[in-house]
Amino acid sequence: MNRVEHVSRRGFLSQVFSAGSFILGAKLLPLDAVAATTVPSWQPGVFVGLSPSGIVTIVAHRSEMGTGVRTVLPMVIADEMEADWKRVKVEQAIGDAKYGSQNTDGSCSIRDFYDAIRQAGASAKLMLERSAAEQWKVPASECRASNHEVIHTSGKKLGYGALVALAAKQPVPKIEELTFKKESEYRYIGKDVPMIDLNDLVSGKGTFGMDAEVPGMVFASIERSPVYGGKYKSHDDTEARKVAGVTDIVVIPDFKPPHMFQALGGVAVIADSTWAAMQGRKKLKVQWEASPHASFDSDSYKKELSDKARLPQKVVRNVGDVDAEFGRAAKTIDAQYYVPHLSHAPMEPPAAVAEFKDGKVTAWTATQNPQAVQDAVSAALGIDKKDVICNVTLLGGGFGRKSKPDYVCEAAILSKKLGKPVKVAWSREEDIQFDYYHAVASMYMKAAVDGKGKPTAWLHRSVFPTIGSTFDPSAKYGQEFEMGMGWVDLPHDIPNHRAENGPADNHVRVGWMRAVANIYHAFAIHSFMDELAASAGRDPVEYLLDVLGKDRKVLIKPEGMAYWNNTMTQDKYPVDTARLRRVIELAAEKSGWANYKPSKGKALGIAAHRSFLTYVATVVEVEVDDRGQLKIPRVVFAVDAGKIMHPDRVKSQFEGASVFGTSIALHGEITAKNGRVQQSNYHNYQVARMNDAPYQTDVHIVKSDAPPAGVGEPGVPTVAPAICNAIFRATGKRIRELPIKKQLVNY
Amino acid sequence: MIQLKVNGSSKQFSGDPEMPLLWYLRDQLKMKGTKFGCGMGLCGACTVHVDGKPARSCQTSMKAAEGKTILTIEGLYAKGKQEHPVQKAWKQCAVPQCGYCQSGQIMQAAALLKDKPKPNDKDIDDAMQGNICRCGTYQRIRQAIKLAAGVQA
Repeated sequence: MNRVEHVSRRGFLSQVFSAGSFILGAKLLPLDAVAATTVPSWQPGVFVGLSPSGIVTIVAHRSEMGTGVRTVLPMVIADEMEADWKRVKVEQAIGDAKYGSQNTDGSCSIRDFYDAIRQAGASAKLMLERSAAEQWKVPASECRASNHEVIHTSGKKLGYGALVALAAKQPVPKIEELTFKKESEYRYIGKDVPMIDLNDLVSGKGTFGMDAEVPGMVFASIERSPVYGGKYKSHDDTEARKVAGVTDIVVIPDFKPPHMFQALGGVAVIADSTWAAMQGRKKLKVQWEASPHASFDSDSYKKELSDKARLPQKVVRNVGDVDAEFGRAAKTIDAQYYVPHLSHAPMEPPAAVAEFKDGKVTAWTATQNPQAVQDAVSAALGIDKKDVICNVTLLGGGFGRKSKPDYVCEAAILSKKLGKPVKVAWSREEDIQFDYYHAVASMYMKAAVDGKGKPTAWLHRSVFPTIGSTFDPSAKYGQEFEMGMGWVDLPHDIPNHRAENGPADNHVRVGWMRAVANIYHAFAIHSFMDELAASAGRDPVEYLLDVLGKDRKVLIKPEGMAYWNNTMTQDKYPVDTARLRRVIELAAEKSGWANYKPSKGKALGIAAHRSFLTYVATVVEVEVDDRGQLKIPRVVFAVDAGKIMHPDRVKSQFEGASVFGTSIALHGEITAKNGRVQQSNYHNYQVARMNDAPYQTDVHIVKSDAPPAGVGEPGVPTVAPAICNAIFRATGKRIRELPIKKQLVNY
Repeated sequence: MIQLKVNGSSKQFSGDPEMPLLWYLRDQLKMKGTKFGCGMGLCGACTVHVDGKPARSCQTSMKAAEGKTILTIEGLYAKGKQEHPVQKAWKQCAVPQCGYCQSGQIMQAAALLKDKPKPNDKDIDDAMQGNICRCGTYQRIRQAIKLAAGVQA
């Protein structure tokens, strides 16, 4: 259960709320999590306060990286509280376990905190109404809060500011006493309130991690081992020290496995400006010990993974008897798919400022997870977690990269050694060469089909290096969450179904990237589904709906593990084929699928996928000319993400996913030779630009009262398979390996 | 001593003449609206106007900026205390997501409209393809440019 309680003004809160404020804290553990654990002590996660001047302050505890979460969570509280948005101030929280999870990752900010923030807002509203009733000596039922004041049936009014002292003494109402606003009463929810940072972002005033600055700060540029695991041997800094502005050279110790979020280690050039640090580093000569990963080669690694995918592997889902069906089926079809390593490449490379002083670290950084900063920095410096204060700036994109604060550890280690604040700002080359890459995957698919081409048996083998290796270098098999991301939860009506997972070694750091394992699973599953439809000579939409089967909730039971389901129960968030069907139908309708006339080089493709508890269908139109040049005139999304708080920011996330997915489909590929990553900047790690991104992306949201689900990531997985399926219809060329770009020449 | 004008005020610089204008703006003048994205002129996050033309400040050395008039996002906004029509359109279309690339996008778009007040789609593609937005706001950027130009979307 969520709880709302009074909170005293101490620590960080004393800086956020003015004296005499009425402050409420709302507990933020999601209901499911609470049911499963015993809660040690009451820990409020969201803070809302009202000062005597009438200003409502709301603490945003999640990181802003472009989703609008810093606006939307406070906006929901304000709406339920009947606060006037113009008199609401949003303060960014520092990292602190008292907020519950601050890891802005997994598309769960609304999902996990919706109940708690509504309760916080509604509690505050009722307490203000009761305060006014007390003041007027009238029954509370005659008082109603409206737009920052409480109004009595007689017409008299009291502003929120005037009620602070009384409200602070009100007992916090029980949840059963609260009334929540009806949809028709919302002032802000569903109304596309402008982002609170909008003015700053169009005028260059927003402060990102790269912009953080404290007095006396020095600048670091760090040389790291070009091969993962290559230890520091020696360095020659004679020339580096001659560069004007260079003041120090500092060796950062090598990480000790597991790498987790540690600084990788290396040699830092310290200077009085960014430029001097970069110039000094160019002159630095560092010798590294040989690494066991020095023979890592993407071509042979790809072959290794692909070979494994053709052999029996560990069974992770088993329904019916796939082998028996393969044995008796008149027709079987198989295909193999591949998605390479990918880099996040957010526009703002990793950057942090840290100051070590009196045994404590204060950091200013673009992070998706300030509590992970506290953990990682305290471990790196051997200090207490509470002695790491992490201030969260705006993030210039995150996409999962900035959940991993290795760069903050670097700044903290350097600051401790130098005794002054240090700024670590990665170059684009460092960002691309030392990423926690999106994992490569090879997938083998085989189906037996009946007379109508419908699958009667389905085998999906997937081999990929696991993100679990971040915490356990010996981990070789997928984790529950990787299996549960759009793979072992395929809900389609196929009587015999087996999923198998093969082991893979890791030779670079891998990590979560927007939509994570859904990216490769969705690419294989929805490409293969389209191959089956094509083989049967059937319309892909009609075929998809047929294979999906009749409307039902599918209870997912993988082998040897629990079904991850984004940490939620299948009771609250079932796998519901009716919702998947609805988005397929809506995407078909809105794209004009039924009446579309494909022509040479021009066609539509579709893919539909459930991820982050959200149902998405995507229709893509492609045009491929005789030289193999690809254009994407149109992408149509149909989305059922449950209850929606801010339609425009939902749309913008899917518009963005359309482009992010296009980057993956068209361009993305990280490769290594002799253990070294070969890409270094946007010329050889290309991402979609205005001229090759989809020209138009339409987002159609299914109106739903289902509990809120994810929005930031679920737009990504369908894009690449839908593009490839459209390319097949347009050209007859089936793309089974990403990226597409080089495969369309002379199709 | 290198002389230049930044957002209307005269400046003098005596450091490394090879240092890119980007780092002068950010580290010395503390004008951080101009962003670092790639350091190779590939992403456009650092776009400013040099003598009225869009330029990548990460590829413009201080030596090359000698005697030049520089306009940054901070100057675009301050001009006559009015929002530039491009900034206004950007807000109307709610373009930014993370916002990091948007200073560069806005400077590039403002230069485009100065050059071609009524751009068509191809003009927009040609002018804007050097500016990467990893969040993927291109559709709204195009919309906002058309809105600012008063051409049919």
